[in-house]
Order: sequence, then structure tokens, then C-alpha cells
Amino acid sequence: MIDLASITAVPKIFPTTYRLTARNRWDHFLARVGVKRGEHRLEPGLYAVGNPTPDSPVFVTANYTLSFDALRSSLEGIDGYILVLDTQGINVWCAAGKGTFGTNEIVLRVMITSLGEVVQHRKLILPQLGAPGVAAHEVKKRTGFWVEYGPVRAVDLPAYLKTHKATPEMRRVEFPLRDRLVLVPVEFVHVILPMLAVAVVLYFVGGLLSAFAAVAAVMAGAVLFPLLLPWLPTHNFSTKGFILGGLVALPFALSVFLQHPDWVWWRQVGQALEFLLAMPAVTAFLALNFTGSTTFTSRSGVKREMFTYIPAMAWTFGIGFLLAVVLVFIR
Amino acid sequence: MLNVYEVNTLVYDSDLCNGCAMCVAVCPHAVFEMNGRLAKLTNAQACMECGACQLNCVPGAIAVESGVGCAAAMIRAALTGQKEATCDC
Repeated sequence: MIDLASITAVPKIFPTTYRLTARNRWDHFLARVGVKRGEHRLEPGLYAVGNPTPDSPVFVTANYTLSFDALRSSLEGIDGYILVLDTQGINVWCAAGKGTFGTNEIVLRVMITSLGEVVQHRKLILPQLGAPGVAAHEVKKRTGFWVEYGPVRAVDLPAYLKTHKATPEMRRVEFPLRDRLVLVPVEFVHVILPMLAVAVVLYFVGGLLSAFAAVAAVMAGAVLFPLLLPWLPTHNFSTKGFILGGLVALPFALSVFLQHPDWVWWRQVGQALEFLLAMPAVTAFLALNFTGSTTFTSRSGVKREMFTYIPAMAWTFGIGFLLAVVLVFIR
Repeated sequence: MLNVYEVNTLVYDSDLCNGCAMCVAVCPHAVFEMNGRLAKLTNAQACMECGACQLNCVPGAIAVESGVGCAAAMIRAALTGQKEATCDC
């Protein structure tokens, strides 16, 4: 006997829910602290949420659990299909930048899922931030589906679906404190091990103050900088970083004079300068590295910033480091 | 340079615009606005060079050298000899 179902390609549709479970939230937590970064993914394909009919809207997203879960939890009460692209576990915007959330993948996924047989209409609703990877007219030409760019944020979808017109606010990407705050754990996890290693070495070579200085400079760049970003003076990330690093270095420099009033003046000044030169350089470098996590820096701007400020960071850090070595030897 | 982000590679030729408003829809920083039947470049310095407008502009009125504005990725690309910087996020 031949199983008919196995030869007629019946589109496979995975069921999913609006509600997020404790397991979903645990997965989100792990993603946010950078545990198994590439593994927060789900199977690409077509999903059904609610009780969709052939007239129900189709939403497109990435196979990153945070993206998919943000979408489905925002659709509460809306019957629809979710077309999950294979972006290799990367969020929509970053995947669009790489082209994995892109025209070719949409065309392929529409074919694999036989989407044209599941729905009667010919419209795909994409997150706006998928646009850097998708040429809407190309998708139309190759699949017959119109691409409609929905709002930036999934939470705006219910309001958007009433008129299919996005307000200017729905189209804007901001970078509020909350969005910066959720990035801090990953920034912190990135630097914690090298920071502790350097601090331990510095403790044995230069003492407790030097060890704390390393921790302070790194924490200023990785934790304080993202939080304080809009309030730090100047426009460039490097100068903001130098300023923040300088402020953090100030108490260390002062403490040299308070702790060692008996030292000759050039030794006091020398050690104070170590902190004032090396610490801001470290903070500024980490600040510059935060550009990629923000929502607004351009490539040409970052490139200019790198060429302008990395030499200054290298010089100030180098001189501070040399000074430290020299002072250790003549001690 | 007081603000390295003031200048970017975005170029727009309004003579080629067909008024589809796709650029207005895809831009996350409101760089374009509709001015009557045509798009107008009103906030060029907010451009982050993501390339969405160029890719979705059928008549090719927009050109921008798009890429990731990420120093970490560019430093890594420079150190490992990659040609194109890609982020790992």
C-alpha cells in the first residue's frame, strides 16, 4: 500500500502558542547572559498560532528564540501564520545585515513550506528591521508574495494590523535605558575572565590598588558606559570613554598621594599618572567596542573613529604601562 | 573630529525617485520623508548605513556603502585578515 500523504507534499505546519512558558523565559535569560549564544534557535518553517484560516496574515521572523517569542507573544488573540526563516539563530536585524534574513531565504522558505497552498492571499508581513536583507520587489517577482514592512517592534503589531499603516514612532529605532540594560550582562561576561586574570597579575606586581584599578577601568567600559551612554558629554564613543575612564581614574590617582605621603614627589606623580593614562585608554577602547551593540552607528563613522582614536588609546596606555614598569624597577 | 558620525556615504538622487515611499518605510532613523509625490532626504546625518533603503529602492535613486557599524567586528576582521567585517551577534 502506498501512503498518499507521503507523496502529496502536504505542507507541514508546526503549532505554537501566544503564551510563553517558564522554560521559554529561562532560555531568554540564558541568551541574555550569553550562555550558548548560537543555540537559542528553533526549527525554520511554518508555524500556526491561534486558529488561522487561509485568509489569516503571515508574519515572517528569524529562528532566534527571542525574536520568535517576541512575535508570538505580541500576537495574543490574532490568528496567523509565522514563517520562520533560517537565520542560524541570529536575531532579525543582525541577520538582515548578514543577508541570512534575506530575499533568497524568504523565496526558499516560501517554496519549502508551500505557503502559496496554505494561504489564499499573497502578502507577507515582515519586521521593518528585516529590510536591510530583503528586496521587497525581488520577493514579489520570485514568489508572487507582496512584502509589507510592519513595525520595528512586535508589540506594535496589534495596533499596526488595524490600519496596516505604521506611525512614525513604530518606524523609529530608539536605544532607551532598558534596551541598553539588557546588553550589560553579555558585555560583562565577555570581559570578566580577562579582567580577573589581569587583576590577579597586577595584584602581585603592583598591589591591591593596581588590581582594583584594572577592575574599575574594565567595569567602567563594559557596564557603566552602556548605561550612561546618552548622558556622557561629546559625540564620539572614544571621547565619551576617555572622559568616563578619566573620572573613574581620578580617585585612584588621588589615593596615591593620600596613601603614600612619604614618597618623593616624582614617584607620587608617576604612579598617579599611571592610573590617569592607562585606565581611560582601557575604558575608551571598550566604549569604542560597544558601537556594534548600539542601534545607530554607521560603518563609515566607526571606521573614522577607529583611525582617529585607537592610536591615542595605544599611546596613553603604552606610556602608562611603561611608567608602571619603570617605577616597579626603581622601587 | 568632534563628531565622526556627522558624515556618511548615503547619496540620494531625487530625479530618479518614483514616489513609492519604500525608503520612508524601511528607515529606522527617519532619514527620508515624503515631500509631496517624492521622497526627500531630510535627516541625512542620522543614517547608520544599514542599506535597507538602497535595497528596496526599485529605480535605484539611493546609494549607500552599507555594512556593520561595529568596531569590535572591524578590529577582528583586521586581525584575522578577513575582507568583510561581520558581527557575531
